[in-house]
Amino acid sequence: MSTAEMTGAQMIVQALKDQKVETIFGYPGGAVLPIYDALYGQNDIKHILVRHEQGAAHAAEGYARSSGKVGVLLVTSGPGATNAITGLTDALLDSIPLVCITGQVPTHLIGSDAFQECDTVGITRHCTKHNYLVRSIEDLPRILHEAFYVAQNGRPGPVVIDIPKDVQFARGDYVWPRHVEHRTYKPRLEGDAAQIERALDLMATAKRPVFYTGGGVINSGPEASKLLRELVALTGFPITSTLMGLGSYPASGANWLGMLGMHGTFEANHAMHDCDVMINIGARFDDRITGRLDAFSPGSRKIHVDIDPSSINKTVKVEVGIIGDCTHVLRAMIDQWKSRKLMADEPALKDWWKQIEIWRGRKSLHFKNSTSVIKPQHAVRRLHALTRGRDTYITTEVGQHQMWAAQHFDFDEPNHWMTSGGLGTMGYGLPAAIGVQMAHPDALVIDIAGEGSILMNMQEMSTAAQYRLPIKIFILNNEYLGMVRQWQELLHESRYSESYSHSLPDFVKLAEAYGAHGIRVSDPADLDAAIQEMIDTPNAVIVDCRIDKLENCFPMIPSGKAHNEMILADDADLELEAVIDAEGRMLV
Amino acid sequence: MIAPSKPPLSPYSSKAFQEESKPHTLAVLVDNEPGVLARVVGLFSGRGYNIESLTVAEVAHNELLSRITIVTSGTLDAIEQIMHQLDRLVPVHKVTNLTLEFRGKTVARELALIKVKGRGQVRQEALQLADAFRARVVDASTESFVFELTGAASKINDFVDLMRPLGLVEVSRTGVAAITRGPNEM
Ligand SMILES: Cc1ncc(C[n+]2csc(CCOP(=O)(O)OP(=O)(O)O)c2C)c(N)n1
Ligand SMILES: [Mg+2]
Repeated sequence: MSTAEMTGAQMIVQALKDQKVETIFGYPGGAVLPIYDALYGQNDIKHILVRHEQGAAHAAEGYARSSGKVGVLLVTSGPGATNAITGLTDALLDSIPLVCITGQVPTHLIGSDAFQECDTVGITRHCTKHNYLVRSIEDLPRILHEAFYVAQNGRPGPVVIDIPKDVQFARGDYVWPRHVEHRTYKPRLEGDAAQIERALDLMATAKRPVFYTGGGVINSGPEASKLLRELVALTGFPITSTLMGLGSYPASGANWLGMLGMHGTFEANHAMHDCDVMINIGARFDDRITGRLDAFSPGSRKIHVDIDPSSINKTVKVEVGIIGDCTHVLRAMIDQWKSRKLMADEPALKDWWKQIEIWRGRKSLHFKNSTSVIKPQHAVRRLHALTRGRDTYITTEVGQHQMWAAQHFDFDEPNHWMTSGGLGTMGYGLPAAIGVQMAHPDALVIDIAGEGSILMNMQEMSTAAQYRLPIKIFILNNEYLGMVRQWQELLHESRYSESYSHSLPDFVKLAEAYGAHGIRVSDPADLDAAIQEMIDTPNAVIVDCRIDKLENCFPMIPSGKAHNEMILADDADLELEAVIDAEGRMLV
Repeated sequence: MIAPSKPPLSPYSSKAFQEESKPHTLAVLVDNEPGVLARVVGLFSGRGYNIESLTVAEVAHNELLSRITIVTSGTLDAIEQIMHQLDRLVPVHKVTNLTLEFRGKTVARELALIKVKGRGQVRQEALQLADAFRARVVDASTESFVFELTGAASKINDFVDLMRPLGLVEVSRTGVAAITRGPNEM
């Protein structure tokens, strides 16, 4: 433990250094001026000046997700804090570790409706894993380090530290505990051995098993992905993953079924529906995954590994719940499988794979390509093909393009796919790409975007310009809020209420206005050249890729339906409105 | 042998399987820090759980610990989820379901102050009933009483019902405090 006398603002910078933080994203204002002063003239921490605090939060998320470290943002009181709320909520729902430092009016003014005062801890109580209002300088060092501990231990999440300006100016003793142990918060890492034994009993006798994995595997670190691959190889079981878990098992792997859920593959969803043993590792039975709950995988016995005890039995009852970190539990599973010399039921598994091949034969991701108009699926596939072999990171916005990216860009590594899953935040992808590029300066970082979403945080192109970040924005421009239009076709007899993207800017000129390179492509024959030009351009690029305006995203489990009631592209010509019943219409 | 699961509760279907909802008393030990009560109450409102009674006070001054007693109703699944959600809050030390884990081996008490106004015959009657319920008179004027009554919530309900026709003015209740019987900690 080291002690030194300094101001609160200096303590903040010192604590960031001690936590090995290299990059922070932020925006200054009156209530954080002392902290900005402490940042001035030092070189250990690089501050990225965003153009909107929401951008800072998403950039910190992209940084955290792609690097496995805690993302840090620094914003001022009042509007600075409220602008960051969407990003904090996004991080809460996707379990991303963030530390957000907010300035606050001086302690003696709190509660007086002072200029740029807001009740930051009150407002963020519901969208953070934990938050602190620092009332005295004595508490500051402990809280700073505790915040990093809480953000990254257990189920990761965002933590807010609200620091009044007088506390930033006050002098006190800075202590760095080095080893933080929280009084109450001690998440459990090792799974219960007896439960793991029961899980393996189920797995060894399973006739129709399936692994269903999620973002928890990614959050647990790269080791978890390695172990997952080993366990899949050892058992020979098929594996599917949620949107959040893509990349933990390679899409090129033999046992890969594709993503599951609302826009998942036919084989993945049918395997989930018909399996007899489901092994959920680090996923949470989200409603985008389960579809209609009372028809969800009715004949299976379920194993659920999760670090958050509240996730187990929350919506779906399981037979074996294992509370623990994926890395630890997967390792224990592999060790036991080997030491007990367990074997999968090979003949049964062979039949199961035969059935899966039949489902695969349905080719649910198939689409009719065209020579006259660029199909979005084709564009994503070409993006994947032309970037293969490079260290490529993909972020997305939210909508149809996001689902096409998830379906058609085959991810082989964890931490290379950044998307807003739980909250579904349009405007996530561009700032997230900035965060990813900061963490991986030499990588190719592409935001697969929609023309609607990209405008939500377009101002961050200016940030990219300032720091010469060569991010690539690939807009699948259908001139529609496409996912909204698709649901209007499904639910509201194609009355396209406010879902047309009117008065779009000229994205090529917009790119140029931001000092970036703009490319427009609308002829399928020019697509590869446009993508290659994007890749070869050393600075930031916006590609305005004009795609088929009315393409819809399939396959799809309509709301209120079960996994085996999917609709596919080739039966999508049937009356879509007839597919969803009254109850399904109520759902989102 | 592991039994196949019951049909799960479903927010997506009216055919959802509904188990009976019952009241449970939860004891929650928390760090006595600013905002902790707001976290607990906010969790209940945010996730749509109901609170029937809530009491909170510091119980260990040196360790800065407070004890919150919450009476909430729900199915067993819902109660289990509520307990996990409470446990997930960073300043929460321990969550115990006194109703389930110590069935019949807990003492639950509530204190009520009950003001009754009246003269003559009804006044006499109120006093007699108070006596039968072992309520104490903590304030008296020529035309009113304030009774103090401690007991199970149901006993207080009964007493209040009896006072209603006799000139009940108002009631102030503390909410339930509960503890396990015997020598052990919760
Ligand atoms: C901040 C926010 N507002 C609204 C929505 C609802 N929403 C979901 S997808 C979508 C349309 C997105 O349009 P675009 O970015 O063009 O993508 P496309 O679906 O056309 O690929 C909307 C409005 C949202 N997800 N996020
Ligand atoms: Mg669009």
